[in-house]
Order: sequence, then C-alpha cells, then structure tokens
Amino acid sequence: MNDKTSDIENAVSVHNVYKNYGDVEALRDLSLDFPRGQLTSLLGPSGCGKTTLLKIIAGLLRANSGEITVNGQPVAGPGPDRAFVFQDFALLPWANVIRNVAFGLELRGVDRSEREAIAEKYIGDVGLKGFEKSYPHELSGGMRQRVGLARALSVDSQVLLMDEPFSAVDEQTRRKFQEDLLKLVKNESKTFIFVTHSIEEAVYVSDQVAILLPRPSRVSEIIRPEGFRHKDANSIRRDPEYLDIVDRIWASLRTYVE
Amino acid sequence: MRYRSVLLKFLSALIVFGSWEIAGRIPVSFAFPTFIESMAAFWTLLVDGRMFVAYVETLKPLVVGVLISASLGIGIGLAIGLSRKFDWLVSPIFVVMQTAPLAALIPLLVMVYGIGLTSKVFVVCIMAMPVIVLNTSGAVRNTPASIIEMGQSFLGTRLDVILKIILPAASPIIFAGLRLGVSAGFIGAILSELKITPTGVGDIITYSRSIADYPSMYAAIFSIILLAVIFLNVLERIEEYLFKGSRQTYVSE
Ligand SMILES: Nc1ncnc2c1ncn2[C@@H]1O[C@H](COP(=O)(O)OP(=O)(O)OP(=O)(O)O)[C@@H](O)[C@H]1O
Ligand SMILES: [Mg+2]
Repeated sequence: MNDKTSDIENAVSVHNVYKNYGDVEALRDLSLDFPRGQLTSLLGPSGCGKTTLLKIIAGLLRANSGEITVNGQPVAGPGPDRAFVFQDFALLPWANVIRNVAFGLELRGVDRSEREAIAEKYIGDVGLKGFEKSYPHELSGGMRQRVGLARALSVDSQVLLMDEPFSAVDEQTRRKFQEDLLKLVKNESKTFIFVTHSIEEAVYVSDQVAILLPRPSRVSEIIRPEGFRHKDANSIRRDPEYLDIVDRIWASLRTYVE
Repeated sequence: MRYRSVLLKFLSALIVFGSWEIAGRIPVSFAFPTFIESMAAFWTLLVDGRMFVAYVETLKPLVVGVLISASLGIGIGLAIGLSRKFDWLVSPIFVVMQTAPLAALIPLLVMVYGIGLTSKVFVVCIMAMPVIVLNTSGAVRNTPASIIEMGQSFLGTRLDVILKIILPAASPIIFAGLRLGVSAGFIGAILSELKITPTGVGDIITYSRSIADYPSMYAAIFSIILLAVIFLNVLERIEEYLFKGSRQTYVSE
C-alpha cells in the first residue's frame, strides 16, 4: 500500500523528540515524517500533546531533546516557511478582520495596499466577504476561526500547521472546507499538518493519519488512506475502504476512551 | 436611558448637597457653613478673579508633575512588565512610594529641594507615578500569551510584538492607571500647597481658615473636587473615543 513513500522527500521531519512541562511529560521519543505536498493528520485523545508537537515544529516551543528539521534545516525558531492556525484563533481584538488577516504580511513588511489586496482575496476564499470591517467580538466562533485560517493562508508558506482549524465551524461549512482543503492539497505544493479530533475528517482529508497515544505521547500507528484519493469528493464518504479505515481507527482509539 | 442616567446623577447631587445644607444649618460645627453660603462664597471668588489667579498657581506643579509621571511612569511600567530583572530592581521602589506616608516625606523634600516649584512637583509625582507604573506593568504582563505567540510565529520582531501587540493590548488599562494617577496628582498638588508653602488654592484654604471665613474655605475645597471631576470626565471621554469599536474581549473557541 505504501511503497512509494520511501522516495518522497519529507518537508518536515521529527526525530526522537522529548518534551516536558516541568513534571508533566508531554512527548516521549516521538518520531514522525511529513511528506512534501501531502496532508498529515494528527489524531489523538485530548491533552496528548498535539498542540505541543505543532508548536515545536513551528519553532514556538523548544523540545527538551530530539531533532526537528524543515526542508532538511534544523528548526531554530519561527520561519517564513511555516504558518500557524491557532486552536484559540489568536486574533487581535482591537483590529478588524482585514487587518487581522493581513497581520502576517504586515509583520513581514508588505506595504498596505498590497497586503490588503491579498487579504481581501483570502477573506473571500473563507467566505467572509462583507465582514472586512467587523471586529472579532462581532463575529461568531466559526467566523473568527476562519479569520485565523485566512491569515495563515495569506502569508503563502510551504508548510501549514493547522491546529483544529475547523473545530468551531458548522457541519455544512466544515464539509465545504474539507473539500476545499482537498483541492488545496492537490493544486498547491504545500505540506499540511492538520490536528483534528474527528476520525472521519482525518480519513477524508489526509494522505497519512498519525495516531498518537495518550500522554506521554508517541506515534502508535500511521495509516495511509490512499485507495480512494482519486475519487470525487462525494463518493469518498461512501467508499468501502474509507468506511473500513474509519472503523479501524475507532477500534484502536476506543481503548483509550474510558 | 440617557435621560434616566442624567436624572440619577442630578438626584445624587441633590442628596449630597441637600445633606450638606442641612448639616450646615443644624450646625454640625460652627466651622461648617451651609451649602448655599459656600456657593455664594464660590461665586464671589470667581467674579473677583481670585479663584482664577489661584488655579494658575496650583495647576503649574500639577501639570508638570502629571506630565512627568505619565511619560516616565508609562516608560518604567513598560520596562518592568517586559523584563523580570528590571522588575526586581525597580518595582520595590514604587511599592514603597505608594505606601509611604507622604506627609512624613515632605519635610525631607523641602530640606533637599527648598520650598519652590521643584518640591511641589515632587509631591505630585510621588502621588501620581506609582499607580501609573504599577498599572502599566500589570497590563503589559497580562497580555494574552496566545497573541504574543501569534506575533512571533508570523515573524514579528521583538519591537513589532511590543508596538503592535503588547502596547495596544495594554492601553485600556494603562489609560485607567493614568486616570487614577491624575486624581492622585490633584491630591498631591493641594497637599503640597497646604504643607509646603500656601500658594494658589491651598492659600485660599489656609488664609480663609485663619480669618474664620469658612464659606470661602469650603468653596475652595468644592472647586478642587469640581475641577477633578470635570477633568476625569474629559479623560474618560477621550478613552471612550480611543477604544470605541474594539472592545477588549479575548474571545476564544
Ligand atoms: N504551558 C504548559 N504548561 C504546563 N503543561 C502544559 C502546557 N501546555 C500543555 N501542557 C500539558 O501538556 C499536555 C499536552 O498539551 P497539548 O495542548 O499539546 O494537548 P493537545 O493534544 O493539543 O490537546 P487538545 O486536543 O485538548 O487540544 C497536556 O496534558 C497539558 O496539560
Ligand atoms: Mg490542542
């Protein structure tokens, strides 16, 4: 099933990473490769260290030991090759939607008219047209989340680190976003690292699903749902292989849910 | 709604001034004039220009002191909020300043800086600065970690993070500190006129008391409170104007 993985270059590699928060051991000897141009999901129980792993890759946190490389270069801090979608959105409450979306570009020194034009495009892409001048407190949770998504997309990084990016949007929007995400993965040569709690979502959008154990976290299993990738968006959800993989993942995760 | 709040304010003023009038008529003390007598004296002081001349004198140390306290206080507060080391080094000074009995320090100040403007400015600063510094440093330290992280992940420099994230996040609380600092500065300015040399409004108070003209004395005290209230209201308006539209709510999930 996965013979071709060996000759694909990895955009991000994580090797033997340990991370402690004081006495709390979050990650223990975690290793995982993220193939270039593919979408990898991190699936695991709450509190198992998914956000921690993402922030280590982003260069926002330091691992206690281990090796993290992006395009073969060791990670020393945040870089232009990675963009982050935060689990808690991390919007500036005093800035309107367009400034929030353009903020990544603002920090990179892109001048105003240019960055607002780019932001405008991504605001449209995430379905927030008409809300450019609204402030975060005037938006619903799902709309705020999309602002964070548009901000990460607008800096055009090679690697997108997405921490539960669809958790607060409604089911219809979520399905639409999943389909958009599939298109994005296909059309752009970006690498996606995607945290989710939904098994179906993970199987639907991913080239590979990494299942994490509860704290201290390691990768317990890597599943590559490939058989139905070529099918069109709607028939995937009825594909026997898709349903089979969902069942298999549920079977291996349910042992941790007491 | 607006009409009702005006009505309530009027009512509360009526209660305060009404009880003042009654207390003055009983009288609580021979040195306590009625509200009406005090207002009459207030009017006299206004029309003969003494009040005006006095305030020019009083406002000098107040304005200088508040300006120094605001610029220095916000600067020091920022440094304390941003650096642990600076915090350990400097914070204790302001905590002591805030708790020190000012009256006991005044003779010391007079000994060092004489009875002129410098000493009075010092008193205003001692009153106004600590609250500005402590509010600023607290606000800076309470900036949500997640938006700072966001700034770093999108490649903001340290300066970017301070200017574009920490300062705007802290500014409403810094402004509130400024407001408290100004009202403390008012107290400082009057205190210095009573304790160092009687000039300005402090002089009206001291002089009126010495000749037992109690209505004038209370008129002077009343004018201070009035001015402070007006000034704080103006500051509040500015604050509302600056932060309108962007309420400071850190909503997540
Ligand atoms: N700053 C911190 N200080 C101390 N412990 C922390 C800190 N951040 C996370 N932890 C701990 O590390 C563990 C992993 O946290 P993390 O946020 O990575 O989990 P997660 O997998 O993202 O969970 P969720 O799915 O609920 O978002 C948790 O048990 C948490 O208690
Ligand atoms: Mg998380």
